[in-house]
Amino acid sequence: MTFELALRAPELTGAGHGRDDTANHRLAVVGLTASYGRSPAITEVSLSLESRSVTAFIGPSGCGKSTLLRTFNRLHEVTPGARVTGAVRLDGIDLYDPRVDPVTVRRRIGMVFQRPNPFPTLSIRDNVLAGIRLQYRRLRPSGADELVEAMLTAVGLWDEVKDCLGRPGISLSGGQQQRLCIARVIAVAPDVILMDEPCSSLDPVSTAAIEELMVNLGRDYTVVVVTHNLQQAARVSRKTAFFTVAGAGEPGRLVEYGDTAGLFSAPSKAQTADYLAGRFG
Amino acid sequence: MTALAGRPAGVSTRRRLTDHVATVAAWAAFAAAAIPLVSLLVTVVTRGLARLDMTFFTSSMRGIVGAGGGAAHALWGTVLVTLAATAISVPIGVGTAVYLVEYGRPVLSRLLWFLVDVMTGLPSVVAGLAAYALIVMVVGPGARSGLAGAIALSLLMIPVVVKSSAEMLRLVPTDLREAATGLGASRPAVIATVGLPAARPGIVAGVMLGVGRIIGETAPLLLVAGFTDSLNLNLTTGRMATLPVYIYSQWQNKGADQAAYDNRAWTAALVLIGLVLLFSLAARLLGRLLAPTSLKG
Ligand SMILES: Nc1ncnc2c1ncn2[C@@H]1O[C@H](COP(=O)(O)OP(=O)(O)O)[C@@H](O)[C@H]1O
Ligand SMILES: [Mg+2]
Repeated sequence: MTFELALRAPELTGAGHGRDDTANHRLAVVGLTASYGRSPAITEVSLSLESRSVTAFIGPSGCGKSTLLRTFNRLHEVTPGARVTGAVRLDGIDLYDPRVDPVTVRRRIGMVFQRPNPFPTLSIRDNVLAGIRLQYRRLRPSGADELVEAMLTAVGLWDEVKDCLGRPGISLSGGQQQRLCIARVIAVAPDVILMDEPCSSLDPVSTAAIEELMVNLGRDYTVVVVTHNLQQAARVSRKTAFFTVAGAGEPGRLVEYGDTAGLFSAPSKAQTADYLAGRFG
Repeated sequence: MTALAGRPAGVSTRRRLTDHVATVAAWAAFAAAAIPLVSLLVTVVTRGLARLDMTFFTSSMRGIVGAGGGAAHALWGTVLVTLAATAISVPIGVGTAVYLVEYGRPVLSRLLWFLVDVMTGLPSVVAGLAAYALIVMVVGPGARSGLAGAIALSLLMIPVVVKSSAEMLRLVPTDLREAATGLGASRPAVIATVGLPAARPGIVAGVMLGVGRIIGETAPLLLVAGFTDSLNLNLTTGRMATLPVYIYSQWQNKGADQAAYDNRAWTAALVLIGLVLLFSLAARLLGRLLAPTSLKG
């Protein structure tokens, strides 16, 4: 099988979920360094993510969590001057192989951003379908309605918005917008979902709803969540990676990676223990 | 309260005085700008009304030496030449803006920006000469056509379209670009669905400003589109009259019945102003109708 074939998004046949459910969606990072211009923001990261489960990335501001996350779907390189060395493997295929098209990578690895960013000119319904249309995929006419209902139901938004699907996506509350953005991501049936502090701009009630959603998504997808909220990491993730940075201008590094329960109750590194105890960050 | 009351009374008086002076100055500046404009409009309308009749819009100057006749040929010429210049300028201008904002390599785009800046200040007669040089190469010496005029005018219009489109493209929030990119949209798809819709107001404004810039141009048209008394609807061959050139020639080559020539010139000026308004409205309307719908259901 060629790389191109292996990475081609499965055809969308029915109501949206035509993805290959036999694959593992296993993401592995090997010796990865990501830089802006000449200065590395995070360096020498190696870790293997558990498939179909939630992994949390924690650490102080500026330690490169967002940067690392954005290397996974090759969004990092969109920033002018940004560079990546090392490898990110999805089911054994290096996403940075020159034969791999970054657009194909982003179709298999979806992303939810810190600030909810629904398309402002599109309705709720069209926001859900935006990914499919941006990828020029075709849907059966009835498929669109089914897909919209299925995705909005999956993110727990259907009952709230089913009577106003034509309203602009940005007319929703912040928490609803973020769930709409998650619906938009799962509508294109990715293998991996990256979330960069998805609750940091939301109220506690919306945060709880998104956390519940993360747990549910973790059953089907490989989910990576960057969070500043340690309780959130403890509640939703099976594994946790702790990063830190020595000081301004230094690159961030992976300190410890392991089962969330173990890492929180008995961290093996002093730095982790200090961070969890709130002594820095 | 005590702090306010404790302030010396002079400060508040001085402030009120400054306020008065500033208000008067602003009004004076406004009047200085508005009076010539109003006077110009009043003059053009009052003097233009004399010949604002059906004949003016339906007949050309073919075989007319005294009173009568009209500017149908020049009106159609201006409409066609302006539309053709817009049709040339919009794709080239928007394409250049997309390149500059979305793809530009540092050195090349700085060079391009410099050229755009230079072109903004290009004297229109130079644009006319450039178009003339081009048409001489293609068709041969002495050739005149409406299309050549449109090419000359597009040299003036392109930089206007580039600037206003690029300005809007730059304002597209990174958020939205990343949302689309992260959903697996290719670069062209991101531009088509997030970039261009955001740039649409800039494109429309560019067309409106650009039409305003070119519609009254006389020198380049005199050079390459020429002048004729008859109607010519074919852009590619033959001389084509336009309203500015018509006004110039009515004014310049008056026959025995001078008033008839003067009146036609003023009416043509009035019609030209009306045409600018029409083009602005049309650009706005088209901008709304052409709302990109590729992402909508
Ligand atoms: N677009 C950028 N250009 C240059 N430097 C950046 C950019 N984004 C982030 N950085 C730098 O990279 C480092 C890591 O940032 P980031 O990945 O956002 O950290 P975190 O998400 O852990 O807070 C910081 O020092 C930050 O200043
Ligand atoms: Mg961050």
